[in-house]
Amino acid sequence: MPGQIKGALFSALVMLVLAVPILGIQITTEGSSVRLVGELQYAFIAAGLVFVFKLLEHPLSKLLGMTHAVNLLPSADRMATYRPAILTVLIIFAFIWPFTASRGAVDVATLALIYVMLGLGLNIVVGFAGLLDLGYVAFYAVGAYSYALLTEYFGLSFWVSLPIGAGLAALFGFVLGFPVLRLRGDYLAIVTLGFGEIIRLLLNNWDELTGGPDGIGNIPKPTLFGLEFTRTAKTDGNIPFHEYFGLEYSGTYRVIFLYLLALLLVLFTLFVINRLIRMPVGRAWEALREDEIASRSLGLNPTNIKLSAFTLGASFGGMAGCFFAARQGFINPESFTFIESAIVLAIVVLGGMGSQIGVILAALALTVLPELARQFEEYRMLVFGLVMVLMMIWRPQGLLPSKRPRMELPT
Amino acid sequence: MSENGLQFVQQIINGLTLGSIYALIAIGYTMVYGIIGMINFAHGEIYMISAYVGLIVITGLSMMGIEYMPIVLIITLTMAMLITSAYGWSVERVAYRPLRGSPRLVPLISAIGMSIFLQNYVQLAQGARNIALPPLISGGWRFGDAAGFQVYLSYMQVMIAVATTAAMVGLTLFIGRSRLGRACRACSEDRGMANLLGIDTDRVIALTFLIGAALAAIAGVLVGLYYGVVNPFMGFIAGLKAFTAAVLGGIGSVPGAMLGGIVLGLTESFTSAYLSTEYKDVVSFGLLVLILLFRPTGLLGKPDVEKV
Repeated sequence: MPGQIKGALFSALVMLVLAVPILGIQITTEGSSVRLVGELQYAFIAAGLVFVFKLLEHPLSKLLGMTHAVNLLPSADRMATYRPAILTVLIIFAFIWPFTASRGAVDVATLALIYVMLGLGLNIVVGFAGLLDLGYVAFYAVGAYSYALLTEYFGLSFWVSLPIGAGLAALFGFVLGFPVLRLRGDYLAIVTLGFGEIIRLLLNNWDELTGGPDGIGNIPKPTLFGLEFTRTAKTDGNIPFHEYFGLEYSGTYRVIFLYLLALLLVLFTLFVINRLIRMPVGRAWEALREDEIASRSLGLNPTNIKLSAFTLGASFGGMAGCFFAARQGFINPESFTFIESAIVLAIVVLGGMGSQIGVILAALALTVLPELARQFEEYRMLVFGLVMVLMMIWRPQGLLPSKRPRMELPT
Repeated sequence: MSENGLQFVQQIINGLTLGSIYALIAIGYTMVYGIIGMINFAHGEIYMISAYVGLIVITGLSMMGIEYMPIVLIITLTMAMLITSAYGWSVERVAYRPLRGSPRLVPLISAIGMSIFLQNYVQLAQGARNIALPPLISGGWRFGDAAGFQVYLSYMQVMIAVATTAAMVGLTLFIGRSRLGRACRACSEDRGMANLLGIDTDRVIALTFLIGAALAAIAGVLVGLYYGVVNPFMGFIAGLKAFTAAVLGGIGSVPGAMLGGIVLGLTESFTSAYLSTEYKDVVSFGLLVLILLFRPTGLLGKPDVEKV
C-alpha cells in the first residue's frame, strides 16, 4: 500500500508539472500587450484527480476485469432465433417514428443516419479488411461536390447524381488504392491522411470550379418522383408535393422525406454489405485482415481484395456525401476536415471493428449524445479523443464486437 | 549576382530554416518508429504544446522584468524542453505502454485519440485564437544591390540554424557514444534480444519519447519566435510534414530524418516561390505519397521484410 501511495504521489506530481503551464496559466492579450493570468486551481484539481484515480486504479481494474466476464447481451445463438423479428420491428418503428416526433428530432436523426452510412462504409475498409483509412472524408467530399457541381453545371437531379457521385468516389478510391495498397498498415494510414488533406486543399484553392472557401450554395433538395418539397414549384409546369396531394404546405414534409430517404439509403447499404460479407470476396477481406501472409499463400491476391474493399468503402462514402450535400443545400471544404475522418473512425472503433450493429449504435450515440448535451459542446472532441485512447486500452475490440463462429484447439 | 540568383539564394535560406524545424520534429517520429515500430501521431501536438510553454515562459519573464535576450532564450528553451519532455513521457506512459504487443493498428488509433485530446485540451485551456509572440530577436543582414532585390538573412534564422546544429550534434554524440545511446541502438536493432541481454527496454522507450519531445520543444519555441504566432492547430500540419520528412529520409534512421527535413524544407520553399503558395502543402503531401510508392525505405533507410 505505501508503494501505491508513493506511485500515486509521483503521478500527481507529474500531472502538476504538465498542468501548471498549460491549464494553470492563461495567456491573455489586451491590445498589444500579452499578460499571464494564473488559474492554478485547475492544475491542482487535475493533480488531485490523478492522485485519487491512481490510488483506486488497482481495485478499479479488478472490478472492470469482472465486468469483462459478464455478457451484456444474450448469447449469439439465442439472438439468432429472434433476429428477423427484432429487425422487422425496429425497421417498422424507424419508418413510423418521424411522423410522431418533433421536426428538430427528425433532423438530428437524419444527420445520425448520414454518420451511420459513413460508419458502415468505413467499416468495410477498417473493420472487415483491416486497412486503416484516415482520409475517408475525401470520398465523402468527392460525393458531396459531385452532386453540387453536377447540378450547378449540368442541372442533373439528385437521383441521377447519386449513382454518379458514388461511382466517382469509387473511382477515386480505386485510383488512390491501386498504388498505395501495397503499403503496410501504418504507412497506408498516413498516405490516406495525406490524400484527404490534398483533396481538401484542392477544394479550398480551386476557386473557379469549387468556389474555394465560400463553397457552393443553393443545392436543390431531392424530389419524390419529380415532386418538389418547396412552397411553389421552382421549375415551370411542376407541382409541389403538398399541392399534388392537396395538403397544407409545411416544411415538416421535407424534413421527414429526407429522413426516410436517409433511412432507405442506410438499409440499402446494410443490405449490400451483408450480402458482400457472405460472398467469397467478403470472406477474403476478413482472411486478409487476420493474416495477410497466410491468405497469400492460400492463393488470394491481396492487392485485388484490398482494392475491392477500398473501392466499395469509398463508394458508400460518396453516396453519403451526395445525400449530405442535398440535405445541407450548401457545402464548403470546412465540412471535410480530418476531424470528420476521425469522428467516423471513432464510430467504427467504438462500435467494434467489423460489427455492423455496433457501428450503427455508435454512430447514433456519437451524433445524438452531443445534441442532448449541447452545453458541453466544446468538450465534445476532448471526450472523443479520450474515449479513443481508453477504448484501445480497455476494449480494443469495441463495445459490441462482431461474433463469428470459431473453433479453438483444446489445450 | 543577378536578381534571379539572389532570389534563389533567398529561397535556399528560407528552405534551410524551415527544413531545420522539420528535421527537429522528424527525429522524434523516426526514433520512436525505429524502436517500437509505431507512428507517434501525437508528436505534432507535443511540438505545439512546447510553443505554448515557450510563449508562457517568455511572457512570464518579461512580466518579471527579465528581458536580456540570451538569458531569456536559455531559460525558455530549458523550461520548454523540461515540460515538453514530461508531456512526451506521460503520453507514452498513458496511451502506448499499456498497448505493447497488441496488433499494429491499436496503438495507432490510440495515438490519434491522444492527438485529438491534446489539441482540444490546449484549445480549451488557452483559447482557439492565434496568440502573437513579442519578437525576441529582430533584425538581420541584407545582401545584394541596394536598389534591386536584397537577400535577407535574419538573426532569428541564424539562431535556428545554430540551435538545430547544436541539437543534432548533441544527439549524434549521445546515440553514438553514451551507454544509453548504445542501448537505444540495440533496441532498434532487435528489441527482444536487447531485453534478453539485460537492457531495460521500457526505460529505453521512455527515453526515446523524452528525447523526441525535447527536440520538438526546441522546434516549437523557435517556430513561435520565428513566425511570431502560436495556435492550437499548428501541430497537426507540422506533424504531418515532419512525418513526411522522416519517411523521406528513411524512417528509423536519425541522419535520414535530418536529411529528409532539409529536403522537404527546400522543396516547400521553392514550391511557394516558383509555383504557388496555396499548393505548397499539396506538393509536400504529394511528395510523401510518391516516396512511399517508389521508395518506401526512403533515402537512407534499410528495407524491412515482413516475415512469418
